[in-house]
Amino acid sequence: MKLVTAVIKPHKWEEVRAALETFGVTGMTVSEVSGYGRQKGHTEVYRGAEYDIALVPKIRIEIIVDDADVEDVAGIVVKAAQTGRIGDGKVWVSPVESVVRVRTGDKDEAAI
Amino acid sequence: MDGYYAWMLVATAFVLMMTTPALALFYGGMTRAKSVLNMMMMSYIALAIVGIIWVLWGWSMSFGPDDGTFFSNPFTLFGLKDVSTDTYISVMFQLTFAAITAALISGAIADRVKLSAWIVFLPFWVTLSYFPLAHMVFSCSEDALICTKIGAQDYAGGTAVHINAGMAGLVLALIIGKRVGFKRDPMRPHSLPLTMIGAGLLWVGWYGFNVGSIVFGDDWTTAKGAAANMAQFYSETGRTFANTTVATMAALLAWLLIERLLHGKATTLGAASGIVAGLVAITPACGAVDLVGAIAIGAIAGAVCAWAVGLKYKFNLDDSLDVVGVHLVGGIVGTVLIGLFSTSAGAGGINGLFYGGGFGSLGDQTLGALTAIAWSGFFTAIIAFAIKYTIGWRIDEEDEVEGIDFTEHGESAYDFVSLSGGSLTGAPTVAAQSDAESRGVNA
Repeated sequence: MKLVTAVIKPHKWEEVRAALETFGVTGMTVSEVSGYGRQKGHTEVYRGAEYDIALVPKIRIEIIVDDADVEDVAGIVVKAAQTGRIGDGKVWVSPVESVVRVRTGDKDEAAI
Repeated sequence: MDGYYAWMLVATAFVLMMTTPALALFYGGMTRAKSVLNMMMMSYIALAIVGIIWVLWGWSMSFGPDDGTFFSNPFTLFGLKDVSTDTYISVMFQLTFAAITAALISGAIADRVKLSAWIVFLPFWVTLSYFPLAHMVFSCSEDALICTKIGAQDYAGGTAVHINAGMAGLVLALIIGKRVGFKRDPMRPHSLPLTMIGAGLLWVGWYGFNVGSIVFGDDWTTAKGAAANMAQFYSETGRTFANTTVATMAALLAWLLIERLLHGKATTLGAASGIVAGLVAITPACGAVDLVGAIAIGAIAGAVCAWAVGLKYKFNLDDSLDVVGVHLVGGIVGTVLIGLFSTSAGAGGINGLFYGGGFGSLGDQTLGALTAIAWSGFFTAIIAFAIKYTIGWRIDEEDEVEGIDFTEHGESAYDFVSLSGGSLTGAPTVAAQSDAESRGVNA
């Protein structure tokens, strides 16, 4: 099992969700986060005073998938979230040791 | 007379709306999220305290019969003794002026002042600074300094209201000192929609303020006098209403233009600020000028104030929400420019420099403005130092960093930390908040 984590632009979230659903992903965890990469923040001016806004709002998606689906799921996220502009985000995959479904106690693949 | 009375009922309620909620919203949106409630409370508290003092001795001191150069006897009409309820609406109209003038000051000292200090400051300040200046400007009694002896025109309060409040804001900001992190931490407005709503409501309320400030020249008890007064009512309210409108529009555009040139973008905060700068500047002038004069005064005020709000960073003065840059500067611009644009067709019957009247009016207007600056500056400084060395002005530094809403009022304006029920996009995140707090900043 693998954990696919994606940090994407907030306005791309609906497209990514729709693409994952079409593929058959049944659940995910989503959080609002802030951060920056090469995009950096931006400058805002209020009554002549300039403020550097360092952090940019992003959406983080976390999905646990079978090893067989990792490439597909990561690829779907990348394709749906891509605008080609700086600040599109990152997708990374990490190993997961075990999973338990809280309701039933099912373990690992049966719990995904 | 009936029409005038009905209008004054409406105008008075309009001006009340300028303090609560319009000014509270305008200022509240410009503060950080951790101090918006305190900022709004300062306006609401100002209305409540100043209003009660106004009926106790304010009306007597400003408009009472025992006339002086600087003020009338505060005890003659104490508690509106011997004042007929027929004239109560005039008392209430002027009450709303006293309240908003005091509330305007609060923007200069946002985020850092004890509620108790503000509550103690208000009665002393209106008694020593507002009531006398209202007498000198608005009563126009035989001995009143600015209206009668100097002869400066001030239709609705460029001197007594805006220069007075702006100067008080300057003095308080100097004596009370800067917020923790001024010029180091970002202190951007937390909700510009609130500020836009506040500015729009101020604009509407200002028609009560300016158009309601008509003073009749004749005796209502004779048929001839009453007819003359009604004729004045029709022509003068039209003039003040139209001037208030076009000057504000010109100021809005001028502020945006200056912003676009200096900083590259026209902003909503600039539009809201331009509206207020224009309203401030046309306040003294709305009866004296024609439409061209009103547009010129509005445009000049918008441009000058847009430039003036940047000065506080050069002078290291934490006039937090630009009470000086907008009200003091705008008030001076409007009051002095009457000396150029006043027309004899207007309420004062005086021609300014551009209308063939020479330098006389310009001199009177400048002297009137300087008188208000000196009076307000002197008495505000006395009260500010007295409070500083007794009960003190500032909340603890730690409390200020944590946020005055919580430490002074035990409340938070927004429920940032709810774990569900928030929308996925648009709402500030828990992560962003805690990150900002760890840097000592409130985003």
